[in-house]
Amino acid sequence: MMAEINTSTQERATPSVSLAGLRSGEATQNEARPEAKLEIRDLNFYYGGFHALKGIDMQIPAGKVTAFIGPSGCGKSTLLRAFNRIYELYPNQRAEGEILMDGRNILSPKVDKNLLRAKVGMVFQTPTPFPMSIYDNIAFGVRLYEKLSRRQMDERVEWSLRKAALWDEVKSKLRQSGTGLSGGQQQRLCIARAIAVKPEVLLLDEPTSALDPISTGFIEELVHELKQDYTIVMVTHNMQQAARVSDYTAFMYLGQLVEFNDTDTVFTNPAKKQTEDYITGRYG
Amino acid sequence: MTIYTRRRIINIFNLSMSFLTMAFGLFWLGWILVTLFQQGLGALDWTVFTQNTPPPGESGGLLNAIVGSLIMTALGVLIGAPLGVLAGTYLAEYGRHSRLASAVRFINDILLSAPSIIVGLFIFTVVVMAMGSFSGFAGSLALAVIALPVIVRTTENMLALVPGRLREAAAALGAPTWLVIVRISYRAARAGIVTGILLAVARISGETAPLLFTALNNQFFSADLGRPMANLPVTIFQFALSPYRDWQDLAWAGSLLITLAVLAISIVARVLVRPKGSK
Repeated sequence: MMAEINTSTQERATPSVSLAGLRSGEATQNEARPEAKLEIRDLNFYYGGFHALKGIDMQIPAGKVTAFIGPSGCGKSTLLRAFNRIYELYPNQRAEGEILMDGRNILSPKVDKNLLRAKVGMVFQTPTPFPMSIYDNIAFGVRLYEKLSRRQMDERVEWSLRKAALWDEVKSKLRQSGTGLSGGQQQRLCIARAIAVKPEVLLLDEPTSALDPISTGFIEELVHELKQDYTIVMVTHNMQQAARVSDYTAFMYLGQLVEFNDTDTVFTNPAKKQTEDYITGRYG
Repeated sequence: MTIYTRRRIINIFNLSMSFLTMAFGLFWLGWILVTLFQQGLGALDWTVFTQNTPPPGESGGLLNAIVGSLIMTALGVLIGAPLGVLAGTYLAEYGRHSRLASAVRFINDILLSAPSIIVGLFIFTVVVMAMGSFSGFAGSLALAVIALPVIVRTTENMLALVPGRLREAAAALGAPTWLVIVRISYRAARAGIVTGILLAVARISGETAPLLFTALNNQFFSADLGRPMANLPVTIFQFALSPYRDWQDLAWAGSLLITLAVLAISIVARVLVRPKGSK
């Protein structure tokens, strides 16, 4: 992690938020954030006439876990859903502004939304296994963009299930329906399904809010493992979770980005009073 | 009288009233079934399935009518089901809130409750007059038009029951809309859609009015779709009204056959939609 930060060359002239108080022990002063995977520029989002996101500017660092926190309705899920343009399923939702992924504006109509979604995976709040076997649940996404031999597909399924820490529990019943698993297993299946297509970014929309503490622990560990290969953005209602698993935290309120900094700073030394009030439980 | 006693009396009254109304409804249904079985079972024997409809006074069966009904029902569903499933798919997946979809939905509802004799008259004008003769094909078309709105409606309803988050999850993997529908929505709603088609089969297998002036009837065996085709409902209509004892018996046998077929289809449909795991 140290190396990543040091080798980062993209020193930003005007960082959008203060960089003071980086993680103790792994950073000295005057170090820039790692390169941005997603760069959001003046993003506005509308549900019909409702203005849900107001001029968001932020940079999501590559290879890190970024958490969005904030009270219900603050726009954190909305922001997440803009990253893979999933909101386009609903005709009355629209986004204005720019989201640059590796320098390319993914909101542009020229970018194919399906190809984008193959690169930006998403896991939802409630587990959504497809009504098919565990194996096919994972193969579904892979088959969309890759032509694999049977053996390669077997390997890919095993690889992604191992990554999602589910392999040992399901290896003997890959042909059984994915809907027969427990809630926590289903959610790990959904994570396996998302990483099987080898995306670059993984979006997690409150991935543990429907799960028991043990399953939650599993998934948090998993997020920790996965950040070596992916840029992870997660929405969470659980502030302890944000503090435990994320490297960076964004606090949002009423459609605006209030504060965005490395997690330790946000939780120990927030710059804004609103942030402090929220994380100390005074509202939200 | 305490409030509680009052409530109990009202409860007993309501309970007995709903029980009585249910018994009243079931009584007629039971009567119909009992009569049907009494008259039909006596008339049912092997010759019903092996011989064609006889002239009055001779022995015979219903072979031509059974085969004709099977052909026309099958063809009617074959035409109506793909159209209905596709239209229902449009309403539930693509159209949803569009103006066209609400117009189609409205027209479909009208079609759903349109008297079947009007459908017969429509096919009579459009097909029979144009072709110059009654035909099994015209009969199939009339049945298809009756099956269509039933299938459209159930397909739309069943697809609407598929949770939107499943579609989101599939789309989030980069699946184009048509693939989401074919691989996810249809799979999740399969049992319901098949049930809708089966219920449409049950509905059209007893329809008489639309066949009266489309397929007409045929005293002889014919599998030629271009010519009038024998069928059970119209045969029952003719034979039941006739003064001949043999014909009346055959009409009962035919009625029992249709009832048993509809019963079997309904049972299959119920088994299909039964949620997994429950008995």
